[in-house]
Amino acid sequence: MSFSDTLMNGAQGLFKHKTLTPMQKLTLRFVVVGLVYYLFAVAEGMLMRMHLVTPGTFMGDKQYFAIMTAHPLVGIFGSSYPIVFGAFLFLVPYLMKKPLWSIKLANWTLWLIAIGTFVFWFAGFLSHYSPLYTLYWPLPADFTQFSVVGGTFFVVGIALVMVGTLFFVLNIFKTIVYKPKGHEQQPKGILTAALGFKKLKNADGTNVVSTPVAAVARGTVDTLLNAGIITFTGVLLLVYMIGSLLGYNLKHSSVDALLYKNWFWWGLDLIADGLVLIYVAGTWYLLATLITGKKLFMEKWARTALLVEMIVSWFVWSHHLMSDQAQPAFLKIFSGEMLTAFELITQGLAFFITLATLWQARPLQMSNPLKFLLGGLLGFALAVPAGIMQADLGLNRILHNTQWIVGPHVHVAILVGLTMTLYSAIYLLLPILTNGAKLYSQKLANFHFWGAPNWRN
Amino acid sequence: MVDTNAVLLGQTIAYTFYVIAILLVMAWFGYQITKKGKGNFVKPVYFYSFVSFLVVLGVSLHFVTHATIPWKPIDLNRDKITPDKVFEINIKDHQFILPEKEMAINKEEMVLFKVTSEDLTYGFGLFRPDNSMIFQMQVVPGHTNDILWKFANPGTFTIRSTEYSGWKGYNMIVKDAVVVK
Repeated sequence: MSFSDTLMNGAQGLFKHKTLTPMQKLTLRFVVVGLVYYLFAVAEGMLMRMHLVTPGTFMGDKQYFAIMTAHPLVGIFGSSYPIVFGAFLFLVPYLMKKPLWSIKLANWTLWLIAIGTFVFWFAGFLSHYSPLYTLYWPLPADFTQFSVVGGTFFVVGIALVMVGTLFFVLNIFKTIVYKPKGHEQQPKGILTAALGFKKLKNADGTNVVSTPVAAVARGTVDTLLNAGIITFTGVLLLVYMIGSLLGYNLKHSSVDALLYKNWFWWGLDLIADGLVLIYVAGTWYLLATLITGKKLFMEKWARTALLVEMIVSWFVWSHHLMSDQAQPAFLKIFSGEMLTAFELITQGLAFFITLATLWQARPLQMSNPLKFLLGGLLGFALAVPAGIMQADLGLNRILHNTQWIVGPHVHVAILVGLTMTLYSAIYLLLPILTNGAKLYSQKLANFHFWGAPNWRN
Repeated sequence: MVDTNAVLLGQTIAYTFYVIAILLVMAWFGYQITKKGKGNFVKPVYFYSFVSFLVVLGVSLHFVTHATIPWKPIDLNRDKITPDKVFEINIKDHQFILPEKEMAINKEEMVLFKVTSEDLTYGFGLFRPDNSMIFQMQVVPGHTNDILWKFANPGTFTIRSTEYSGWKGYNMIVKDAVVVK
């Protein structure tokens, strides 16, 4: 078979795309968009490294900072969000044995995220708008450095992603609660049960809402809160941008920079320390049970930890402000140090439960999903303790804004922990999503496994 | 006061050992679960022991650092400590405006750096000649940003902004601004 034939019809012609259901097509599109933007983010990372080795050879400083601003946003919103959203829009109805509430809305999610990512990336690329993902006030509204038109398009791009995200949230919650035609009435309080505030059991004692669906529901709460904060901040920036376009020079001091930093990090941290950790734990549980065909070890504890993780994620933002001397010491110690330490416990618990589930099902075949799952577990086993260490007042003083944060913590968490977990899910779901397409090359998959952990960190 | 390099070295050694240990554990685990044999029931006592260990580790880390890293209690109590010297530094338009060209300090003196910003959010970090960092803090406009420090060793140090403040802040560096004798 020629390469183009393989590309169209799969290895050995086993990809029968005409047999795919709309749900399968939709999920595959999400995965493809996510992988394309992953390639974008990787290329940007390489370009930045090249610039640092020989500054000025490949690009100017303004272009470099524009890439530095876009890189994490493309990685998270353009790549991780579509893969995660696509997987959950497929899995929640699949696990609940009912159709997705709205395929149309899911398509809107996909295209809003895909187009929104391109818009903010392109706005940054052309105009060099580069306030970094942290957007520390009043840098995003500093029009002596940045183009106001470029900034406006940048914010509009992010806003499109957030609207797509809100559609995802709505679709997930509605899918959990709605009653499709011909299905039985949903038990009352099913959403409350999914969020962990109520117990709902079937006649055989099992949970009405399975643990992976509960994890998706709880992570989606943080997704909603995060989208709300980013949208609110975007509106504030647009006020300054439109004001500037109309010739009004609005005062930066009208917004308190520390208060802004607190609310923005509260929202931004709901990604890193909220939805990512909860979604990942839920995905580990699902993968472990699907790979082994066994029940989850200590399931009751797993569900409790997911609830604790969600609540804890609302109170730990202050570990991002350990070096802000005006931040109250109480917040630094209570939120920054003590509550953040809970994440070591909840994520450690998820780590142990997943390993124990695998252990009890021995012997297992070292399949692609299993080895990528182990890689994902390793990533978080490395990155979470690194995060706990930097969330200490003494150590933060000498670690903040150093390679320690971006290396052992951020990139190991994302490139090893998160993406290896997502790859495990992709390898596992591929036959289900394609009606039995065969993997093109196991050798390439092995190379992928050993190359993916980004050892240069 | 202990030098920040010593703490950094200790932390690097501890984390490196941890990385090696967890890599070995995962490799061992991966091998064991594919070996022939039957899966054993995992006793809940292991689970509870592990969770207890994490609780102790998570909390004790901060108590240990409080007791062993001197700048941590100094920072938390800086309002109650009278400094030997105070340097007031201003930042505007991506420029550090220093009280004097060379800020001279004696070793083991308690020094307060008060840094204010008139426009953007910046950082204030002190660096050794080999570009390693001694300490840093954020400089938020409209707020008091102060850090109390006791220098362990003599040397000549450079000030850098340790926070991104746009492309204009790329080279916010004042060489040899602090001299500790």
